[in-house]
Amino acid sequence: MTTESVSQLQKVLSEGGFAVTAECGPPRGANAEVLRKKAETIKGYADAVNVTDNQTAIVRMSSIAASVHLLNIGLEPVMQMVVRDRNRIALQSDILGAWSLGIRNILCLSGDHQIFGSQPDALNVFDIDSMNLVRMVKEMREEGKDMSGFDLNEPPRMFIGAAANPFADPFEYRVIRLAKKIDAGVDFIQTQCVYNMDRFIEWMRLAREEGLTEKVYILPGVTPLKSAGMAKYMAKNVAGMDVPESLIKRMEGVPKDKTVAEGLKICQETIEQLRGIKGVSGIHIMAIGWEEKVAEIVKTAGLRS
Amino acid sequence: MIVGEQKPIKEIKESLLPYGKVLILGCGTCVKTCFAGGEDEVAVLASALRLAFKKDGGRIEIEELTIERQCENEFIQEAAPSIARNDVVLSLACGAGVQDIAKSFADMPVLPGINTTFIGIQERSGVFTEECSGCGNCELAYFGGICPITRCSKKLLNGPCGGSQNGICEVNPDTECAWQLIIDRLTRLGQLDNLKVYVPPKNWVTSNSGGPRKLIREDHII
Repeated sequence: MTTESVSQLQKVLSEGGFAVTAECGPPRGANAEVLRKKAETIKGYADAVNVTDNQTAIVRMSSIAASVHLLNIGLEPVMQMVVRDRNRIALQSDILGAWSLGIRNILCLSGDHQIFGSQPDALNVFDIDSMNLVRMVKEMREEGKDMSGFDLNEPPRMFIGAAANPFADPFEYRVIRLAKKIDAGVDFIQTQCVYNMDRFIEWMRLAREEGLTEKVYILPGVTPLKSAGMAKYMAKNVAGMDVPESLIKRMEGVPKDKTVAEGLKICQETIEQLRGIKGVSGIHIMAIGWEEKVAEIVKTAGLRS
Repeated sequence: MIVGEQKPIKEIKESLLPYGKVLILGCGTCVKTCFAGGEDEVAVLASALRLAFKKDGGRIEIEELTIERQCENEFIQEAAPSIARNDVVLSLACGAGVQDIAKSFADMPVLPGINTTFIGIQERSGVFTEECSGCGNCELAYFGGICPITRCSKKLLNGPCGGSQNGICEVNPDTECAWQLIIDRLTRLGQLDNLKVYVPPKNWVTSNSGGPRKLIREDHII
């Protein structure tokens, strides 16, 4: 972890505060107005906002451009960057460009496979993996060089994030992978949505045992459920998502007009529990297509007034 | 072996329409083993084409021949007399075989009859799986003999992504997660420490990314 903070997110985390990050998906078109409107509702309720990079392999406004739109309205972006669409040359070039535009946080990801998107006929890249992307950004920052060893006229000094999924298999390997990402140079981790609290607690216990929570800030992800249908869909169709049967039952147990409230209640309870886990440094709220709820979630959880 | 799959008969028939006399040329090595282009497949395809043309009132003369390999000049020359008396060659070899025939007979049109799919193995009778991408720099020693470049959908070199569930890859329920296989195998070999080792970015120079490749064996050049 670098000593001097380059971003608000890094400042909050390094000062021991409980960070809040949210997520904002760029539009499927060239008009940024929708993005600005969604982002305005988050303003004041999150330290930084993740800007997704063609998530689910569907073409959207680029994460760099969308990040700049957020900067322009006074929000700090966490620019997501996937290795699916760009080779190492393009990745490095875009990181230099992003830094020059004022982007200070990056989240390094593999990216959803294009088979899930609207253009499955596309060629993918995967020149380097997400682990090596982390290392690349770290080396640009620390050594001031690109991958060829060339001295950069100004290094991008990004605050580096990566994802972790405590719910994917093989479970025993998940902590080893986290350790590898830390070695590669990651400063903060945002996790897959936590629904299976027992498994998350176990993963955190193993991470603490390895001393990893001393080396990295961990921000578990939460996503409010809208309905029992959504819970079932995620349990069945979203790879790496673990929604326990008990949670689905709970959502099914309330009248249709009360499911939204119930989903938000579950979200509150989850945040409350997560705050109590040693080694958790903040929370990452992924209210997919429901950004206007972020403020309410943050307020009710007592994270901001 | 190189695994291939015969093209749909409709596509083959359409590609033959401009021609009167066709040689269906089989290849007796890889594509024979995967039931795509050996002697048997040549015979079946020839019958099917004769029937199809007859049904539409079209005319075609078909000659059948299978040589040992379409990627080796010694065998290719065996086909020269048959090729000379036809208007077109429908090659049931892999893409390399089709191109070698085209190179050897400059004035003869050559059409592909199969789609070359991958370098793979016969997992069990009738089931073939891709195992190798021919990247030119084999790193199987690090991965317990399982290739993540070929068998992980995202070519991950440093462990499984978040989409591995119950040993299955998120991309396709019929695909095993290569990283689960690697971890299982390294566990059995007592080499789990390999998993902690950082694997640097792949150098793709030796792969097709470095341009079409040529291998020169000076000791075999006459």
